[in-house]
Amino acid sequence: MYSLRFDSDICRTCPSGACLVKCQYMDVDKETAKEEMVKISQGKDSFVLEQCVTCYACEEYCKRGNHPFYLITEKREEKGILTSPRAITKQWINIGHPQGKYIIGGIKPRILSFGFMPEFLKMVKGRLFEDIMPSFIFGQEFFCNVVYLHFANTSIIKERLPMVMENFKRLGVEEVVCMHDECYGSFAHLAPAYGIEVPFKPIHYFEYLYKRLKELRTEIRPLKIKVAYQRPCSSRLSSDKHHFVRDIMELIGVDLIEREYQDENALCCGGIFAMCYGYDLAHDVQTRNINDMVAHGAEYCVFNCPACQSTLGEKVAKRDIKPIHMIDLCKMAIGEQP
Amino acid sequence: MADVGKLLTDIVGKDYVSSEPEELYFYSRDPGLMPPHKPDYVVMPDTAEQIQEIVRLANREKIPVVPMGAGLALTGLVIPLKGGIVVDMKRMNRILYVNEIGRYALVEGGTPQGLLKSYLEKNYPRLRHSIPDAPPTATIAANVLIHGQGRLTQQYGFNSDMVAGLEVVTGTGELCKIGSCALSGDWFSKGAPMPDLSGLFLGWFGATGIITKVAVKLYPRKSLRDVEIFVTDNEDLVPEMVYEITHTEMAEDILIFTQPLPMMFKDNHHVSFYITGDTDEELEFKRKIIWHCLDRFIKSKDGGFMGVPPVMKPVLLESPQRSASRLADVKKGGGFEYSGPIIMVDKYPDCARKVKSLAEKYDLAYSGMGRVIDAGHCMMFAFAFAFNRADEDMMARTRKALEEVSDFVLKIGGLYWKPTVDEQRMALEKMDSNTRRLMKMIKNNLDPNGIMNPGNWEPGTRGWN
Amino acid sequence: MKYEEIIHRCFRCGYCKFTSDYFDFNCPTYRKYRFETYSPGGRMWLIRAWLNNEIENSDRLQEILFSCATCANCVEHCVFKFSEDLVNIFIAAREELVNKGIIPPEVRDYLKNVSISGNPYKQPASERGRWAEGSIIQSYEGQEYLFYVGCVGSYDERGRKIARAVGELLVKAGVSIGVLGEREACDGNEVRTLGEMGLFEFLAEQNITLFKELGVRKIITLDPHAFNAFTKYYPDLGGKFQVYHYTQILESLFKKGALKPSEYNVKVTYHDPCYLGRHNGEYEAPREILNSIPGLELIEMEQNRENSFCCGGGGGNFFTDILGGGSDSPNRVRVRQALETGAEIIVVACPLCAKMLEDAVKAEEIEDSLEVLDLAEIIIPRLP
Repeated sequence: MYSLRFDSDICRTCPSGACLVKCQYMDVDKETAKEEMVKISQGKDSFVLEQCVTCYACEEYCKRGNHPFYLITEKREEKGILTSPRAITKQWINIGHPQGKYIIGGIKPRILSFGFMPEFLKMVKGRLFEDIMPSFIFGQEFFCNVVYLHFANTSIIKERLPMVMENFKRLGVEEVVCMHDECYGSFAHLAPAYGIEVPFKPIHYFEYLYKRLKELRTEIRPLKIKVAYQRPCSSRLSSDKHHFVRDIMELIGVDLIEREYQDENALCCGGIFAMCYGYDLAHDVQTRNINDMVAHGAEYCVFNCPACQSTLGEKVAKRDIKPIHMIDLCKMAIGEQP
Repeated sequence: MADVGKLLTDIVGKDYVSSEPEELYFYSRDPGLMPPHKPDYVVMPDTAEQIQEIVRLANREKIPVVPMGAGLALTGLVIPLKGGIVVDMKRMNRILYVNEIGRYALVEGGTPQGLLKSYLEKNYPRLRHSIPDAPPTATIAANVLIHGQGRLTQQYGFNSDMVAGLEVVTGTGELCKIGSCALSGDWFSKGAPMPDLSGLFLGWFGATGIITKVAVKLYPRKSLRDVEIFVTDNEDLVPEMVYEITHTEMAEDILIFTQPLPMMFKDNHHVSFYITGDTDEELEFKRKIIWHCLDRFIKSKDGGFMGVPPVMKPVLLESPQRSASRLADVKKGGGFEYSGPIIMVDKYPDCARKVKSLAEKYDLAYSGMGRVIDAGHCMMFAFAFAFNRADEDMMARTRKALEEVSDFVLKIGGLYWKPTVDEQRMALEKMDSNTRRLMKMIKNNLDPNGIMNPGNWEPGTRGWN
Repeated sequence: MKYEEIIHRCFRCGYCKFTSDYFDFNCPTYRKYRFETYSPGGRMWLIRAWLNNEIENSDRLQEILFSCATCANCVEHCVFKFSEDLVNIFIAAREELVNKGIIPPEVRDYLKNVSISGNPYKQPASERGRWAEGSIIQSYEGQEYLFYVGCVGSYDERGRKIARAVGELLVKAGVSIGVLGEREACDGNEVRTLGEMGLFEFLAEQNITLFKELGVRKIITLDPHAFNAFTKYYPDLGGKFQVYHYTQILESLFKKGALKPSEYNVKVTYHDPCYLGRHNGEYEAPREILNSIPGLELIEMEQNRENSFCCGGGGGNFFTDILGGGSDSPNRVRVRQALETGAEIIVVACPLCAKMLEDAVKAEEIEDSLEVLDLAEIIIPRLP
């Protein structure tokens, strides 16, 4: 019923082939890039379908509004090309299964959405959230379902995401502040690509935090610390909001270090790589990423995504870099305890 | 007819004997499914000499003696099948001696697991013993007496293999030293290089004698420890996965679990393994080797390493794991019982399928859990069912399911671990007849009056000859 | 019986008997009697058996149920979700026995005395304020805090000394307090733990009515048991006040710099009272106070904070003495633990603990090595 809005002519006429040329995991020139994307759209075989590691970056690299990664994922599923081991996919399908254990706080026109990450329940305290809380939702019934892109499974997204939209519709909310970057990416980027109607306005929590911090401007004490930013894979789906990282850092007096693996060249946390591909790739990516942070003098590593934080938190701590979530960093800036 | 109560009071003092209904009620049961059998007395001795006197008294008066630790085997091994005197060993809970360079600890017959763990952590932080996941009140002596398994079993065998000597009161009341301690001042071996007499007691559930002292081997305790879980949806591949991991010689404990809840575990098999190290480098090296040994399964998409959620890791890293006991409240009923036969590792797939089908057949909550023993020479597979103690029908269904497990075990060439009396009987019936005769000879000689935990390993029980 | 529907869930695994790290047994009755029946698991199974008519009421069953010190070690360490109700279950079982009138004579006598005299000492109410005579502690006439003393502080010889020390210390530090003297009624906490709910409610209502009449808003209690009753049970009966234990007030005084005791070079250890610690989560205030006394060295016992080993005075045992004597009685075990630390003083924050531990020191014949003193008794001599 829902299908991907993809136009192979856009690929055919692409001046850069950026999606694959810029890919950090494949070595591809412009012509090959265009050829392979067209082949894939035609349902033919391609080495790209085997070698793509699901980092999501090409969704950002493509500036022409096509959806290279979603296409790769669709075609993989059609051809039965697995990225992750079957058991891992099964596990995640079970994890995301609605369980009737959702929590709905006091609903206002604008609510916070926690997906089903319990970490957020503890984080949303203090002045940054005093106006919007206790308006929140939590549970698989409101899950963005983006993660299944990693497992080459768009069927389940097409099956579950519309039901999630129904659940939101029933709440009758106008604006949803997505506490997880993935949720925003799903509602603002993925859903429209599949023609799934989103009955509310999604707001990225970075944007929410930035606005709120500006309101509390007088409370901000510049933190004067050097931080590295860990950009999650899902941020590639919401690259229009990526600028808020710098905006927030500037506002709260944090020195966001310039390093090699940042912005378009950022490295993901490697958590999915470990699950799908074993030791070497994940280890390589994590080592390069953290070495880069260390080499540029990071005192903190700021996380956007709790999954990145649980993957890398201990590892950065071992290199004397303190892991901290963006929300907690903002709390620190206004004198609150994380 | 002697006044046994008075005689017991003379031995242990009036505060430590009871024939009151409260004690008789409590000590006639365990948290498992066996129906109650009342003792006549419960005593709590404090010395081996007191135990000797109790056993001699029992021989004279032909009264059964049933020693017990914490009663957590769950298969009714300390329930007095023929009444008599239950000997609660737990007053004898001292830690007597630790030899650091020789790596052994000598404790009394009622010393709990938790006490030794805590003592070593505080006083000998580089040493540890093989602790089971039973609650920490379980005693060390009882655990080795039932051939229990623990954290170090994958590396070093059954917990009874890690015994370094015993002191026992035999069925006729003699105090006897078993192992190197019989000849040397040190407790470093339970038998070798002399004839190994520990087999006269280990595995007999107190039917041949009572352990008053046990020495356990200690092993290196490293400062870092971590856990990984390799998931597969294909149980048939689990034996090969275990083979590869054990080949690396890098893992500590290896446990494979399969259960329907919580939902994230449904329909999969989880090969969890632990690694230890004194440095990050050591730990990472071991991690890398083990990850790589499973490469072919990752490549074929037959299995992958799951990210262990941050809330799950501390739970898995506990020793003992409190989550093991929490299985008892899954049905909000305070009960679980399991049959944990010892099987060859290649029987894991059959067992995993069987526990699931039994749970479906009898509508029960289950958990299937395998613990690798001795580098994969065998494994314990637990068919665990949670039940509600206040639901008679659920308890009956659980018993039926476990009965089917008993039949199944022999079919797949497995052996009963801490067998119920029924399973003991089935084992005796089916085993090599000369082996059985040998067991009978030992039992008759060590317990001529048939008073030591009667009903267990006993020729002539329930129509068996 | 209340909680009847969860009693069968006990697995009798025994986690409830231990400290957090399994260092030693921490259930005072199990430690003393050693029969499984005297452990929390034993009680659970026996209560169920009694409710199902599998066993009958007997002296021993009553001893098993009434010897429990309600120290909440089991609540702290039981691994199951119903752990928070364990002590409530034991109290509910006692309530059943009380309602049926089948209780040990010691319990009956205690309840009778409280009911008739308003205190367990069979002393007239008019004597209740005597302990403050000649001191600088005023009668309550609308001061900022009501200093609530309780029966032990009012009538027990040792308790009175402590009441006086604490009261005087508070006054010296400039805290505005007043006492009710003979107007004070028993807080009822021990009555409640012994299962006499009717009498407890009667006492509570008496107190609440009087406090409201007098316009009391803030209360400082001497005794953690009163602290427990006022904090946990009085609100539902209409008594909503701001309640503090005196150590909490002392801590804030030290923080403000209002108390500056002189140097005291001494080694002490601190015994966490169950009703301040495990029941109400206050472990640090007394320690902050001790660490603020210059020269004083605080050595912790192995079993401290949530692993504190109960003195055996709770659950009514201070008055009924069902948990009795003998070298394995909890108070004697505890002072031996204190002695092992090398401390010269065992510091307490509860008058019941004080008496229990002092009796134990005498029984162990270690008066020359170990003194039992309340926090206030350490501070007062060192003030200008």
